[in-house]
Amino acid sequence: MAETRVHAFLDFEKPIAELEGKIEELRHLSDDGEISIVDEVERLQTRVDRQLDQTYSKLSPWQKVQVARHPGRPHCLDYVRGLITEFTPLAGDRGYAEDNAIIGGLGRFEGQSVVVIGQEKGHDTESRVKHNFGMARPEGYRKAQRLMHLADRFGLPVITFVDTAGAYPGIGAEERGQAQAIARSIEVCLELTVPIVSLVIGEGGSGGAIAIAAANRVLMLEHSVYSVISPEGCASILWRDGGHATDAANALKLTAQDLLALGVIDEVIPEPLGAAHRDGEAAIAAAGQAIRNSLAGLKGLDGAALRQQRRDKFLKMGDTTGL
Amino acid sequence: MNWLNNYVRPKIRSLVGAKSDVPENLWLQCVSCEQMLFHRDLEDNLNVCSNCGHHMRLPARRRLETLFDDGKFQEIELPENVVDPLKFRDRKRYSDRLKDSRSSTGRTDAIIVAHGEVGGQKTVIAVFDFAFMGGSMGIAVGNGILAGAQLAVLQDAAFVAIPSSGGARMQEGILSLMQMPRTTIAVQQVKEAGLPYIVILADPTTGGVTASFAMLGDIAMSEPGSIIGFAGARVIEETIREKLPDGFQRSEYLLEHGMIDMVVKRHDLKDTLARVIDLLMRKSPGAEIVQIKADAGEVSDTDSGTGTDGVGSADGADDGSKPDPD
Repeated sequence: MAETRVHAFLDFEKPIAELEGKIEELRHLSDDGEISIVDEVERLQTRVDRQLDQTYSKLSPWQKVQVARHPGRPHCLDYVRGLITEFTPLAGDRGYAEDNAIIGGLGRFEGQSVVVIGQEKGHDTESRVKHNFGMARPEGYRKAQRLMHLADRFGLPVITFVDTAGAYPGIGAEERGQAQAIARSIEVCLELTVPIVSLVIGEGGSGGAIAIAAANRVLMLEHSVYSVISPEGCASILWRDGGHATDAANALKLTAQDLLALGVIDEVIPEPLGAAHRDGEAAIAAAGQAIRNSLAGLKGLDGAALRQQRRDKFLKMGDTTGL
Repeated sequence: MNWLNNYVRPKIRSLVGAKSDVPENLWLQCVSCEQMLFHRDLEDNLNVCSNCGHHMRLPARRRLETLFDDGKFQEIELPENVVDPLKFRDRKRYSDRLKDSRSSTGRTDAIIVAHGEVGGQKTVIAVFDFAFMGGSMGIAVGNGILAGAQLAVLQDAAFVAIPSSGGARMQEGILSLMQMPRTTIAVQQVKEAGLPYIVILADPTTGGVTASFAMLGDIAMSEPGSIIGFAGARVIEETIREKLPDGFQRSEYLLEHGMIDMVVKRHDLKDTLARVIDLLMRKSPGAEIVQIKADAGEVSDTDSGTGTDGVGSADGADDGSKPDPD
């Protein structure tokens, strides 16, 4: 899990990295059996915690983007391992290919049979290539549609984990109808007569994200982002200079907190001190709690009511005319 | 011993004094790795080569024994249909071919339908017998699929189809082709009843069988190396005048091309099938209980259970489901 990954420090984490380095050094000293430096370690740890708290409570949007993309952040499969028992992966779109960028299958969430769908970015070179860095092709979205239909047929709630830079841009993907696949996927989300709960766990990249996130409840991890375009992409189009990514990130309102205020998402899931990449298990447990609450809240609604709730929610977004 | 069995005709062998009570072909050669395998060992290993893992065909009845709980199941009698409706004749009368197949296999046609339990869940399985005219699908097979589907609906059971077939039975002509829509209706009946329809595409699944009920499973699984396709490889090669790629029409190839959900080793097939049926049939084991536990869990579940399903297993509400290994 997260611990085994290289602990990459982000540039704004420099003071924290220095303090943690000191602690590490002291720990090595104490191994030599010299004087006890427990107190000193404790004192430094308190400083680290304070620093983390301060840094992470006021991250800029661009910093959030960096945290959301942190390689040590738990990914879709980590959530599946932590929250879903009897996970039985299902494969293929029944038309062209199996797309590993989107994983999906049957399993149990706290005893309840569910269908799980999500983008997986991978955690090392090999798995990143296998999962195409979490960027799905049309067949990935068609697999998602197939699994959502399966859920609908058997009355199983759908849980989706969103973590993608976006749908894969490529010639083949266009030829096979990337846009159609995403469009249809959104349509299927909205048709479902079962509850669908979506969690943005890292990057919610544009159409590639909404394809599996037109949900009854959309939740975001505290330091995840969700946007119509990447800050870099936005900067290169509107500023004509990718270097303005920071400005673009500020302008796009892509943080969980901004999106909650805009009514685009329903809930922000708190992350552990220093974000999910410092304590994956705590982040996964918090996500589990949020999923449980969301499913419980939707429990009384029948198929028609679930569809209506979804419709009403999305129709209201950004609308002031009351259409 | 082996050369004797293989090369000396039985009559002559009895003349040279070989014991007549010794069964023939005690040893079989694996077609993949050419290892000689003792027939009993091979049978015990579900016809999987112990040397290279190559999956050989498994007789229909053995399939049922390995999939149903404790090997217990009830075979249903299929209605007798009119035989040889076209009075078909190639080099041999179809009615004679049927007679031969019936006497050599001891069954009336190429399908067995049975019901029982898989992982404690009511299940109907329709399995093809490849030994009966290459598992070809005519009216009787279509009727078998329909009977199985209807029994599943009647019993509120999962329906599992295990095709192993060369395709439609030519000797029944257009009526064989009509088994494609007929078996599709069978699938629709199961789906409309909200019951799981699972297909295990066994080696080989081809032609009109693949192009109908076999490709319509809610869940589709196969075994390693199984041939699954529409047109035969030789026909394709002759048509396009090209060599086909390695692994063409094998189950792994189909998985990669999005056609099936999983390739499962024969030894894991029963557990996998049971788990899938359980997930689709027993949606929330004691839904009320889980609800209460879940509420209680909100307070207690602050510790993060690695790998295990946080609340469920901590509370012991998760009946028997194993935590995922990390």
